[in-house]
Amino acid sequence: MFTSNEGFSRHISQQFNHELEKIRTELLAMGGIVERQVSDAIEALINNNLDMAEESRRMDKQTNQMELSIDDQCTKMIATRQPTASDLRLIVSISRSVTDLERMGDEASRICKHAIEIAQSGPSPKGYQEVRHIGKLVSSMVKDVLTAFARSDLELAYNVAKQDSNVNMEYRTAMRSLATYMMEDPRSISAILNVMWVLRSLERIGDHARNLSEHLIYQVSGMDVRHQSLISIKRSLRNESPDDEMELNEDN
Amino acid sequence: MTPYQPRTLPDPGQAFPIKLSIRDFNLSFGQTPILKSIDLDVIANHVTALIGPSGCGKSTLLRSLNRLNDLSTECRVSGQIHLDNQDIYAPSMNIADLRRRIGMVFQLPNPFPKSIYENVAYGLRIQGIRSRRRLDTAIEHALTRAALWDEVKDRLNTNAYELSGGQQQRLVIARALAVEPEVLLLDEPASALDPISTLKIEELITELKHNYTIIIVTHNMQQAARVSDYTAYLHQGTLIEYGETQQLFTNPRKRATENYITGRFVE
Repeated sequence: MFTSNEGFSRHISQQFNHELEKIRTELLAMGGIVERQVSDAIEALINNNLDMAEESRRMDKQTNQMELSIDDQCTKMIATRQPTASDLRLIVSISRSVTDLERMGDEASRICKHAIEIAQSGPSPKGYQEVRHIGKLVSSMVKDVLTAFARSDLELAYNVAKQDSNVNMEYRTAMRSLATYMMEDPRSISAILNVMWVLRSLERIGDHARNLSEHLIYQVSGMDVRHQSLISIKRSLRNESPDDEMELNEDN
Repeated sequence: MTPYQPRTLPDPGQAFPIKLSIRDFNLSFGQTPILKSIDLDVIANHVTALIGPSGCGKSTLLRSLNRLNDLSTECRVSGQIHLDNQDIYAPSMNIADLRRRIGMVFQLPNPFPKSIYENVAYGLRIQGIRSRRRLDTAIEHALTRAALWDEVKDRLNTNAYELSGGQQQRLVIARALAVEPEVLLLDEPASALDPISTLKIEELITELKHNYTIIIVTHNMQQAARVSDYTAYLHQGTLIEYGETQQLFTNPRKRATENYITGRFVE
């Protein structure tokens, strides 16, 4: 298995080296913007900060633009360089990843939109504890998956995929308790619905972070682990790299 | 550099038999070793591509399969190559018969300065076939298989040199097919052709594999990826990696293969 960080600059074509390095850097830059969008959206909601919510929504335009630009560069490289092996996997992985990052940005915008509605509709409704908790989990997933991309770290990518299962579980629990609140106090339905949409967006951001980790696993190892269970991903990673001393966490 | 670890088959459990089996095959010209301990199984009715940098021995390996290297007095071989369980380097092997069973097409089209008809009929006449009806049928069949019949059927008596480069190469393939070979060796068959003629040759290779076992040497990585089912990567006379083409081009097992196909500096 060849980790992608090792050989970017070793092509005979310097121009190709430059192009690959450029899309990789731009992907990480786009990731940085999305990471900030997500954390700002959560903070704007928790602190009723309307300005921050508006600012985070404005950043989404930049994310959209970067998606188009990086995807366009990927298409051009496939057409002109006819990449193979790790180069092909890197380009395919980046092309898939920008789509997921852009959708994470969209979800962050959605959270901001609800944050503005909630702020304008009065006192904080129930469910903020859950938003804070799940938001923290999701933010750390986004941060970790981008770190994994920067280092081509499969162990960290696997941990992000694993963390997504925890987020999904927390989301289901939160939805059940919010449904109970709504039944107990029908006047709060409208406000709590906004919180439910926020939680839904956070859960989706977690799913996209998991997708990113799967794209990275494909990029580095060549294994397509999409639509596979965590156990199966872990098994694949172990089979693929018996000599890599990859210590995957045993407790899942 | 770690050499290829021989396995019986690149695709265990496959339905097609092994057409050519190369075992511990070494070849040297004088004191210079060219091929070192090659182990390779060529699967029948599939296309196997040999890739590698210039001077890696891929053309020499190809030419070993129909003993064209015998023409050099300096050539020494050891090891075995079996065609359907028959040792082709056995003293009892009839080389003319071997070369009929294993046809070859070279980089530059090399038609004879004769008519299109006579080019294809050449091998058949050597075999002693005189009947005009048998020749006509065999020639139509060979030209059809080489996807050239429709373009030349009305001018079979014109000189083969009047054909375009792509047509000449397909004519040479038809000439090889006329003697009903079992294996077809193609040594960079499209490297001197324009993109359209190249695509026609590639299309033809895909068609021909249903009836023949094909081994192709190519410097064009995309061509190897497009037309072959299995790919072998050679470096400095050693077989580094052999496996399914799709696997080799998306996720090679050996770093040396990765470096070569992605155009990185070779260590």
